[in-house]
Amino acid sequence: MKILLQNIDVPGIQNFEVYRRLGGYSAVEKALKTMVHSEVVKEVKDSGLRGRGGAGFPTGMKWFFIDHTTDKPKYMICNADEGEPGTFKDRYLMQHNPHLLVEGMILSSFAIESSTAYIYIRGELFSILHILEKAIGEAYANGFLGKNILGSGYSLDIYCHPGAGAYICGEETALIESLEGNRGNPRMKPPFPAVAGLYGCPTVVNNVETICNIPWIVNNSGAEFAKLGTDKSPGTKLISACGHIRYPGVYEIELGMPVNEFLYSNEYCGGIRDNHQLKAVIAGGSSVPVLPADLILRTPKGEPRLLSYESLSEGGFDSGTMLGSGGFIVMDETTCMVRQLLSYARFYYDESCGQCSPCREGTGWMEKILHRLENGRGRMKDIDLLASVAKNIEGNTICPLGDAAAWPVRSFIHHFRDEFEWHVNEPLACLNMHQVTV
Amino acid sequence: MNFQFSSESIELISKIIKRYPEGRQKSALIPVLHIAQAENHGWLTTEIMNQVAEMLQIQPIEVYEVATFYSMFSLKPVGKCIIEICMTGPCCLSGAEELLAYLESKLGIKAGETTPDGMITLKKVECLAACGGAPVIKNGFNYYENMNFKKADLLLEKCTHESFTSHSNPYHQSL
Ligand SMILES: Cc1cc2nc3c(=O)[nH]c(=O)nc-3n(C[C@H](O)[C@H](O)[C@H](O)COP(=O)(O)O)c2cc1C
Repeated sequence: MKILLQNIDVPGIQNFEVYRRLGGYSAVEKALKTMVHSEVVKEVKDSGLRGRGGAGFPTGMKWFFIDHTTDKPKYMICNADEGEPGTFKDRYLMQHNPHLLVEGMILSSFAIESSTAYIYIRGELFSILHILEKAIGEAYANGFLGKNILGSGYSLDIYCHPGAGAYICGEETALIESLEGNRGNPRMKPPFPAVAGLYGCPTVVNNVETICNIPWIVNNSGAEFAKLGTDKSPGTKLISACGHIRYPGVYEIELGMPVNEFLYSNEYCGGIRDNHQLKAVIAGGSSVPVLPADLILRTPKGEPRLLSYESLSEGGFDSGTMLGSGGFIVMDETTCMVRQLLSYARFYYDESCGQCSPCREGTGWMEKILHRLENGRGRMKDIDLLASVAKNIEGNTICPLGDAAAWPVRSFIHHFRDEFEWHVNEPLACLNMHQVTV
Repeated sequence: MNFQFSSESIELISKIIKRYPEGRQKSALIPVLHIAQAENHGWLTTEIMNQVAEMLQIQPIEVYEVATFYSMFSLKPVGKCIIEICMTGPCCLSGAEELLAYLESKLGIKAGETTPDGMITLKKVECLAACGGAPVIKNGFNYYENMNFKKADLLLEKCTHESFTSHSNPYHQSL
C-alpha cells in the first residue's frame, strides 16, 4: 500500500497537468467545496497520523491546539530543513512530486485557517526550492492558490524560504527564529507555537512527509488511514536506508513491517553488501540509540522487531530505540564504532547553537574525548567520563538537540563498550587500523 | 571597493521582502545574504553587511549575528569553486575520509584552504541529507552523489573551466 510514493515514477508528475490528471488537487476541491475547517482537522485526528519529522506527535492534535480565540493571523509552516544524519526522504518527495506537498500545504493551511504559509527549506537545496516554486506557480495559475480559491472564499499564499546551513533550524522554534531573520536559537516552550509562533502568532510546523499524507486522508477519510499500519502507528512511513546495504534508497513501508524483511528483502535494502554481516543499525536518524544486530532484529522478549513507533521503542533505553525520522543507517562488521560515533559527536558539536552551556560545552568535550580515544591517546577512565558528560547534557537544555547528542554516545558505549576498551588497550593497533590510505 | 547590488537583484529583493508581513522585512535577511554573497564571489564583507542592514532597516549587528551563525555564509574570501565534502557518519561509512584524503593530496591543500591560484576551496561540511548517495560532495548548488576518485577528478577538471563557479545567484533558474 502506497500513499506517498504512489505516483513518484510517473513521467512528468512534476507538472501540474500530469499530477492533476492522476487525481491531484481533488482533495482540495473536496475540502474547499464540501467541508469546513474543523472537519478537515477531525479527519486528520481520526487518522491517527503522527508527525514524521522525528517526534511522532499526533498531527490532528497539534492542529486542534491552534488558538482560534485571537484575531491574529495564523501561519502554516512546512519543515523542509531535513538534516538529521541518515534522513533523505523529504528531498526525494519534493524533487519528484512537488505538487503533493503543495496540495498538502493547501489542505493543512485551510484546516488551521491560515492564509499565509511558508516552506522553510534548507539552503543547500535551492535546486529543490526552484522545483517547488514552479509547482506553486502552476497552482496559482490554475486557481488552487491565491485569492478566493475555487470560489470558496478561502485565500492562501505559499512562499518558499531558504535556510543557510544549520541543522538546529530543523527544530521548530529555531526554524521560526530563522524565518524571522535571526540566528537559529530555539525558544523556551511554553508558549508553544500553536499559541505564539511566527511573529508571535498561532503557528503550526509540520514535516514535509506529514503534510504529504493529508491529501490521501482527505480523499479517503481518517478512518481508512487508521486501518493501515498498526494501532499505535497508523499509515505508511518513508524509510531512507543507507550505509552498508545493497540498495540504499527511500522506501515506503506500511508501519509494522518486520525489520528483518525490510533489511533483507530485495524489494527494500536487499541485505548487507556482499560477503559482510550485519553489525548494528541506527534506525531513526543519528539522534536515536544505536542497536546491535540481535536487538534490531528481535525485541528483548525475542519477538521479531517491527518498524513501528511502539516496537522499536520496546526495551527502553537499554535495548530499544526509536522510529524518529526514519533514517535507517546500517553498519557491517568492518565498522569501527568509536570512529563512527566520533563523526556524530563532531556533527552535534558543530551544530549546537551554543545557547545552553551543557550542550555547547558538553558536545565539545565529547568530541574531544572521542578524538583522543580514536587516536590511541585515550585512558580507561575516559569511557566513563564520556558517558557522564552525555548524562549531564541530557534533559538540561532548552531544545532536544542536547539529548540527540547524548543518546548516540550513551548507546554506543552501552552496546559496544568492548570496542572502546580495545581502543585504550591497543592504541597502536587502532592507529594502524585507522590509517586512511588514498 | 564599492559593492553594489545589480539592478536585477534589487528588483528580486524587493519582491522577496513582500513575502513577509509589513514591518517584518527582517525575514528577508537570509535570502538577501545569499544573493549578496553570490554577487561578491562567495563571501560577505562588512561593507556589504552594512548595506544589507540599511536595505532592510535593521541594525548592522543583526546582520553580523546571522552571517556568523549559518555555515553557508563566509566572511573571508573563497575560491572560484567550493568543493564541500560531507563528513558525517553515513558518508564516512562509504569512504568520505578516503575521498577527502584524495582531494587534499590532489589539490595540495588541507580542508579549509584555497588553492594558491584561487580556483578551489576545499571545505568539510556536515550532513547534506543525501546519505543514500554517500559519499556526497556539494559544489555550488549541485549535489554529486556516489562519489569516487574518478568522479572527483572529473569534477576538479570542470572547476578549471573559466565559467564554472560556485557563486551564481541561487535564485536564478539556471543553477
Ligand atoms: C535538533 C532538531 C532538529 C530537527 N530537525 C528536523 C528536520 O530537519 N525536519 C523536521 O521535519 N523536523 C525536525 N525536527 C523536529 C521539529 O522540531 C518538529 O517536531 C517537526 O518539524 C514537527 O513536524 P511533525 O509533527 O510533522 O513531525 C528537529 C528537532 C530537533 C530537536
